[in-house]
Amino acid sequence: MAQASGTAAGKSFFGRFGVHIAVLFFVTLWTIPTLGILVTSLRDKDQIIASGWWSAFFSSSQTENARLPAPNTAVSKDGRFVLEGNLFAEPGEKRITAFGTRAVAPTEYEAGAVADLGDGETLQINEDGSFVAGYPEAQTSERGRRVYFAATVPPRFTTENYQTVLFSEGIGRSFLNSLTVTIPATVIPIMIAAFAAYALAWMRFPGRAILIATVIGLLVVPLQMTLIPLLELYNGVGNLFGVPSKTYLGIWLAHTGFGLPFAIYLLRSYMAGLPRELMESARIDGASDFEIFIKIVLPLSFPVLASFAIFQFLWVWNDLLVAMVFLGSGSDQLVLTGKLNALLGSRGGDWEILTTSAFITIIVPLIVFFSLQRYFVRGLLAGSVKGG
Amino acid sequence: MAAQIFSAILVIIIGVGGCVAYFWGANRALDMIFPSRGVTGGAAVDNLRRQGLIRPWLFIGPALLILTVYLIYPVVQTVILSFQNRAGEGFVGLDNYVWAFGDREFRSSILNNLLWLLIVPAACTFLGLVIAVLTDKIWWGTIAKSLIFLPLAISFVGASVIWKFVYEYRGADQTQIGILNAIVTFFGGDPKVWISLADWNVNDMFLMVILIWIQTGFAMVILSAALRGIPEETIEAAVIDGANPFQIFWKIMVPQIWGTIAVVWTTITILVLKVFDIVLTMTNGQWNTQVLANLMFDWMFRGGGDFGRGATIAIIIMIAVLPIMIWNIRQANREGGR
Repeated sequence: MAQASGTAAGKSFFGRFGVHIAVLFFVTLWTIPTLGILVTSLRDKDQIIASGWWSAFFSSSQTENARLPAPNTAVSKDGRFVLEGNLFAEPGEKRITAFGTRAVAPTEYEAGAVADLGDGETLQINEDGSFVAGYPEAQTSERGRRVYFAATVPPRFTTENYQTVLFSEGIGRSFLNSLTVTIPATVIPIMIAAFAAYALAWMRFPGRAILIATVIGLLVVPLQMTLIPLLELYNGVGNLFGVPSKTYLGIWLAHTGFGLPFAIYLLRSYMAGLPRELMESARIDGASDFEIFIKIVLPLSFPVLASFAIFQFLWVWNDLLVAMVFLGSGSDQLVLTGKLNALLGSRGGDWEILTTSAFITIIVPLIVFFSLQRYFVRGLLAGSVKGG
Repeated sequence: MAAQIFSAILVIIIGVGGCVAYFWGANRALDMIFPSRGVTGGAAVDNLRRQGLIRPWLFIGPALLILTVYLIYPVVQTVILSFQNRAGEGFVGLDNYVWAFGDREFRSSILNNLLWLLIVPAACTFLGLVIAVLTDKIWWGTIAKSLIFLPLAISFVGASVIWKFVYEYRGADQTQIGILNAIVTFFGGDPKVWISLADWNVNDMFLMVILIWIQTGFAMVILSAALRGIPEETIEAAVIDGANPFQIFWKIMVPQIWGTIAVVWTTITILVLKVFDIVLTMTNGQWNTQVLANLMFDWMFRGGGDFGRGATIAIIIMIAVLPIMIWNIRQANREGGR
């Protein structure tokens, strides 16, 4: 079969159609989990447990119950004693579809129908929640009858959860702590790495090859290897100078250390790719290495510096392990990931709290990611040996 | 709080200012001690040579210092610790290693880690490759890629919350609010507590799904770039020869990007070895889901409190990474002859 042009699977209508379906399938699969917590975080707390988030956009039906007023308050009307009122404190939002007087049959009667409860007692509950209960004679009971009903609730979206979580669950504070950790831990390594990368790319000195190999080797060192000795070191330094061992300064430096191999590797391979003539002509003009670096290499390296900054930012923001080891668990040091982990333990079933907190945690990386995706991908492509 | 913001800003200024001051100052000092301008003949040449000897170390010094303190020293120290007792004082030889291989939980962690190592990199690479090929063919491929790529920006803890909600279980008589159980009950099945299904390590799969969900985007982006690097002619030639799409994929495309596939595979392998947050937040090693990184954390900082054993587990993770590290260095040496 001779096929004229186009890509492999794109010939027939069905082939093309199949590709669209397949991609749509993957995209749906990948998006649904995140969508779930976003929708849930915006839903009313009671509705979250009453129905799945995927039904959030439709009215949900739920069975509720209420107690009628005491029968002895019934007023005489046309020879009968009648109780009137509304089951809802705020009528108009929910609509009743059916009601009943027994828990086992909560939808025995249709809304609006007059139910005969025996002994001449009647009950009518309307769609809007208004009810009329009739008795043949005056009642003495002070205990109102319990009624059950199925109500459809219109979808309700609210930002209440965000207010709760930000101001009373301590997420707001943790957000700030995360920023306090992340920004310096992103900025500090960049300069240190840039100078080292330039030296490793363009300066000749004994031991350079070994240093490059060391940096690449350190790229894959599992972080876990370093934790115990560093913790002991920190405790030692803390005792020596009488300062706390868990400080922001400590974690900034730790993240700098852990980020450096990747930074140097990424920047070096980019700088080494810059045209040699550029450096040589500058050197002939009498520029020192310092001047070449500041005036030529650094400005040209902007894209790769941005790549690294994004990586380091995401890495530090999303980190849990380093923060658990080097920072305390008090509210003044607990970062978002740590806070979320703590909430998972203490508020395990409170999905309005968990989903909202999770969304606040991921919103910053998502913004960074979407606005700077180009640099992020570039960094990924250049440095795909890093283990994360 | 205000004090915290203030101190953070102050640190940025001091940190950046300090770096600038160091690099600028050190270079200035070097130029003044061994001046190359304004001196004549032999002295200038001599001084230039001395500058050339010293300046690289000024550039690389701070990085070297930090790398030594934060990576090299701790790695050496951890090796030593692994031969010591729980307080890190007495030398106990190979006792910790002997203990490790006799410990039931350790062996179960090794087994789980092996499962993770077998399944996650393979699944990510395969799915990444398939999605990369598919999205290259359609007009909305870029959008699709962005959406699949997106979980890469989400923290493991955040992802754990997201997936815990997917797996959420409620009694069979209640409305299911977790989408997985909702789908299962929709088709007439019984809802299950997915992450506690310890038979045949089924629950491990439910944890792995999270990492696969995160990392497929990574594999996809890298492989997609590699696919674009394949010369058009090779594919056209295959089309003319009458190859079907599957043959083109397996026999023409895959062999040409084999190197990239290896890089993606190893990168994810390293990540898998260090996986910690997902297990900690989802199960904390209960129901037979323990992995090495979380076990190590247990021995180091929680209940366990035995630095020797913690260090031993760290060393074992390191040994698993070692071949990849050596391969990396070799690879870099081969291409970096500059």
